[in-house]
Amino acid sequence: MAAYKIVHYINQFFGGIGGEEMADYKPEVREEVIGPGLALKAGLGGDFEIAATVICGDNYFGENLDKATDTIIEMVKKYQPDVFVAGPAFNAGRYGVACGTICKAVEERLGIPVLSGMYEENPGADMFKQDVILVKTGNSAATMRKAVPKLVGLIKKMAAGEEILGPSIEGYLERGIRVNYFAEERGSERGIRMLVKKIKGEEFETDLPMPKFDRVSPAKAVEDMKAARIAVVTSGGIVPLGNPDHIESSNATKFGEYTVEGMDTMSKDDYMTIHGGYDRQFVLENPNLVIPLDVLREKEKNGEIGSLLPYFASTTGTGTATNSAARFGDEIGKKFIEEGVDAVILTST
Amino acid sequence: MVKGIEKYGIPVVHICTVVPISRTIGANRIVPAVGIPYPLGDPTQGEDESRKIREKLVTRALKALETPVDEQTVFEKDEW
Repeated sequence: MAAYKIVHYINQFFGGIGGEEMADYKPEVREEVIGPGLALKAGLGGDFEIAATVICGDNYFGENLDKATDTIIEMVKKYQPDVFVAGPAFNAGRYGVACGTICKAVEERLGIPVLSGMYEENPGADMFKQDVILVKTGNSAATMRKAVPKLVGLIKKMAAGEEILGPSIEGYLERGIRVNYFAEERGSERGIRMLVKKIKGEEFETDLPMPKFDRVSPAKAVEDMKAARIAVVTSGGIVPLGNPDHIESSNATKFGEYTVEGMDTMSKDDYMTIHGGYDRQFVLENPNLVIPLDVLREKEKNGEIGSLLPYFASTTGTGTATNSAARFGDEIGKKFIEEGVDAVILTST
Repeated sequence: MVKGIEKYGIPVVHICTVVPISRTIGANRIVPAVGIPYPLGDPTQGEDESRKIREKLVTRALKALETPVDEQTVFEKDEW
């Protein structure tokens, strides 16, 4: 009798049921090794047994997430496997999402180690790489042969309760998880060694890769400020009292647009800040510290600037993903073009 | 957000307290602000002084918007 039991999840195509026309295939469990399971079995050897294969149509899963998950959980439970493996899904989006979903559910609800595999651009990858170990595969089933050894290696470790090492070693997608460990040498020594290598122009490996930021060409300077339409944007979290749009105090998912029409100054009776990253007492008392409306209105009145846009855009900067901020900037930029804005003052705390 | 707007060709000046962050991300026109809890002013010096500081910074920011730049530029002083 084999030491370890596996249950394998595959879709209708890999299960030999059919193609797109069978994507609505309801979950079925067979006590057989099917499709990619054969390659896994061969790699795993005699100590492992694929006790059952669950086949489910990608559309059925996607359109019945809860029902399909519940049904499959019951199926898997029966076999009490040591490891649950789904896919690999390569670049098939619905399949990738199904694999990620069912793996996450099996781990959470049955406490069984899980893994899957897919191409890094599979939508399921971004959705699940943080929750589930996803072996990095190529973008088509033609790369199955390369994926199998990585899956096999991880299944063996998971079954035996061995430590899973980092993504580059084991071959799975980076999860953005930082794992602490005791290094032989102190940080100061490792740091100096890295610096010496860098100065010498030798190869070195950083502990933490720095993100790369793109650049935008400086936009043309304003030629006639007296005729210019100026807009204000802030990451300082200025919102109307009560925060009607529920902008988050950290890690904002949206921005708001708030009127300053008819106002000569930012009043604490109209505006507040919900930014969670700085001491708010000063700005709550005087929001002009972040949206300098009092000064700008004066400049508008005395003709130094042409006009002020009657609203400002605002969000919270702290903890906000740079991708979100880029998206806000893009939406705001588009609007500003339509509104004839000539230049922007963006304030940050 | 600065870059998201500027890529449409609208010049943006970033008045911010932590200039190195703005530099790293890539803002092209930067005006250093006073303090994290009060970028445009200094309430610890009283409302009048604070407003004068705000006026100075906004004037500098507008000047920055009128200044052609080829690369990231931090406008720390009022020299025109």
